[in-house]
Amino acid sequence: MNLTLHVWRQKGAAAQGRFATYEAKNVSPDMSFLEMLDVVNEELTKKGEDPIAFDHDCREGICGTCSIVVNGRPHGPRSRTTACQLHMRSFADGETLVIEPWRASAFPVVKDLVVDRSAFDAIIAAGGFVSVGTGSAPDGNAIPVPKQNADKAMDAAACIGCGACVAACPNASAMLFTGAKVSQLALLPQGQPERLLRVRRMVAVMDSLGFGGCTNHGECESACPKGIPLDVIARLNRDYVKASLLGPEEREGGDGAG
Amino acid sequence: MRLDASSPTGPLADKWTRHRFDMKLVNPANKRKHHVIVVGSGLAGGAGAASLAELGYAVSVFCYQDSPRRAHSIAAQGGINAAKNYTNDGDSVFRLFYDTIKGGDFRAREANVYRLAELSVRIIDQCVAQGVPFAREYGGTLANRSFGGALVSRTFYARGQTGQQLLLGAYQALMRQVGLGQVKLYPRHEMLELVVIDGRARGIVTRDMVTGELETHLADAVVLATGGYGNVFYLATYAKGCNATAIWRAYKKGAAFANPCYTQIHPTCIPVHGDYQSKLTLMSESLRNDGRIWVPKQKNDSRPPDQIPEDERDYYLERKYPTYGNLAPRDIASRAAKQVCDDGRGVGPGGLGVYLDFKDAIARLGAPKIGEKYGNLFEMYERITDEDPYKVPMRIYPATHYTMGGLWVDYNLMSTIPGLHVAGEANFSDHGANRLGASALMQGLADGYFILPYTVGHYIASNKLEKVDASHPEARAALAAAEERTKRLLGIRGRRTVTQFHRELGKLMWEHCGMARNKSGLEAVLRKIPALREEFWKDVNVPGSAAELNQALEMAGRVADFLELGELMCLDALEREESCGGHFREEHQTPDGEAVRDDARFCHVAAWEWKGEGQKPERHVEPLVFENVPLQTRSYK
Repeated sequence: MNLTLHVWRQKGAAAQGRFATYEAKNVSPDMSFLEMLDVVNEELTKKGEDPIAFDHDCREGICGTCSIVVNGRPHGPRSRTTACQLHMRSFADGETLVIEPWRASAFPVVKDLVVDRSAFDAIIAAGGFVSVGTGSAPDGNAIPVPKQNADKAMDAAACIGCGACVAACPNASAMLFTGAKVSQLALLPQGQPERLLRVRRMVAVMDSLGFGGCTNHGECESACPKGIPLDVIARLNRDYVKASLLGPEEREGGDGAG
Repeated sequence: MRLDASSPTGPLADKWTRHRFDMKLVNPANKRKHHVIVVGSGLAGGAGAASLAELGYAVSVFCYQDSPRRAHSIAAQGGINAAKNYTNDGDSVFRLFYDTIKGGDFRAREANVYRLAELSVRIIDQCVAQGVPFAREYGGTLANRSFGGALVSRTFYARGQTGQQLLLGAYQALMRQVGLGQVKLYPRHEMLELVVIDGRARGIVTRDMVTGELETHLADAVVLATGGYGNVFYLATYAKGCNATAIWRAYKKGAAFANPCYTQIHPTCIPVHGDYQSKLTLMSESLRNDGRIWVPKQKNDSRPPDQIPEDERDYYLERKYPTYGNLAPRDIASRAAKQVCDDGRGVGPGGLGVYLDFKDAIARLGAPKIGEKYGNLFEMYERITDEDPYKVPMRIYPATHYTMGGLWVDYNLMSTIPGLHVAGEANFSDHGANRLGASALMQGLADGYFILPYTVGHYIASNKLEKVDASHPEARAALAAAEERTKRLLGIRGRRTVTQFHRELGKLMWEHCGMARNKSGLEAVLRKIPALREEFWKDVNVPGSAAELNQALEMAGRVADFLELGELMCLDALEREESCGGHFREEHQTPDGEAVRDDARFCHVAAWEWKGEGQKPERHVEPLVFENVPLQTRSYK
């Protein structure tokens, strides 16, 4: 198959970006989207042009590095699929594809399709953990967890931190990402002691980094390659409201399971 | 070069306890004055950095990814072993130790392996406490499943994303320390040189992958946790960025490289489907719990699988290894797949594939139960191949997955360069010549959470470390070397791309140093690699400049190192004239194709010392002594 690509090219964070047009010829339907870009880059390199910079690593849908918007959809047209797992059979011969980076002020462009997502690390650093030092853990089975809670926690924990939720949101909100971590830990007994403190801290940092608020569009859920449900935002909001209503002392006392 | 493993004396079960007492401690008030560099943020690096920071050391963490959460440990699917014996099926620390020694074909150090088994139980506790959502039984206790090379059920898991969940646990512990100011994070930084001052590892030279700036970072101790070197084969289950540059630079500064020829070819990967292919994808070994592996009995049988009657199928693993069946260890299962394909009975394009069939399991347990266990893997398979494994059997073929070789380390995980510690897949590890499934996560976390925090402290407390700064001649020389190399790569402007060279190297390695090796093939490839390397330095085309994000330049530096490391792997494979674990020399096999070890000549670790450009490296030997598990022929029949 042959395709026409309009690709966002931008030299650096401060540079002006623009679309450049490339023809991708003899593309196999069995290629992944990134392998198609590899082929285009090989051709560009042979012609002495600068290859397209894009982030990628594991190429099996788990590291969360790839971050490409295809025809306006983060990770492209196939639901619950990262760009690296998207195959060219999802497109038709002769199609024109518009390829862009994540667009959000909290994710500045580094070069071409590469963006800086360190804001996500900052949100986790603010409270996305259980404060348990190495060595101080009790026996694994000393903390029983109802299977359904463990399963729900796992559903939330499946987040790969790619940022598609932010890229899809008209407000560039990071509520799905933050809610996923808040939910995972809120669903487990291990997360209770810091539960209310955690949600306050993570939301404060999230707000300070330039992410927008959530206005319930639900675009994040549909763009999420791991199917993180909107429920995690509801849980974040409930915990956040609760934490805000309590005084600092009660807040630091944590909360019961649920 | 002296290879002193410094294994503690005394009974096996007491060694680690006793060693912990013997090691020196750093005064808690002084720990913050000591700076430790950790390169790599996977299970070993992430866990080690977090734990060292918790103790109070000032830690700097470097990774090439944009976030430490993306290290390739994240892709491990199936699980993590621990000798908890929660299933009451006869497991114990000694049994895990025994299985690992035997699984590694008697080519690992007993003391290290026992410590690994001993620490395994604490890893699970630590991860549970962090909130890692392991699979649970209805009563709320932890669930287990079986993995290859074991007859007990000791593998803990979080669906098919165990590596992801364990890594996120370590990452969160690390980010907590970042938030507390104990760890300084350097994402998108690649280590290009090791700084050795007065014979000790004192720092690294890195390239900021966004600005291109070369920086010198100095410390009291350096930890390399930079993973394995399987991308030397080009097509592998590794992430595209995984590379050997850090360990290779250390090797060229004096760290011995042990058993480079020990590579693991994983039996269950999605077969190669085109020339443009950039990587191979693993299908977790856990699938072998319920999937049955078979090929047609008849050669060149082109019928679709559902039209091949039961009695015309060869469930070759169940036939050859009735005790372990589909759960035979990886090296054995991979070779068996190669044998049936070489015999003309492979399936799919090119005949390089075997079936992994869930029909019986679906009939027995129902599709929903299978979906609960393996749903995400089935989805992944369907996305890549466009075939539905609930309806047609998966097609799988072996692919490079792990490297058991790596930098030689002593019992304290210290290399032959004092102060340079190596953890996780980057060291030559506790897996001997073959790693059992679900043991990589165990080793990475044991090294990171429970060994480095003690041994790095012991090193710091035992040595007087003078203050050094970036103006030291050795530091300046390392910086200049990195600069010079970058300039050289960018100055060639040849005709062939980096990927073209990498593919060519990968093909040579796969053909001659892959699942089966022989003398003439290895000798041939040892002539071809230097020629390819010479051509690379004459004709590679690295576009762009040094002072920007330049992915071609990053790849070029890594491939340049693979072009040297590949040669060392072949040399090691040539000189190890026996078959053991993943290293299969065709000259050394039984009439029915099983590996034949030569314990009289090769019951040792081979550690290679760099002797300078154009010189043959020197092979040193660390003898292996088996006092607790008698040397025996490995049998899974």
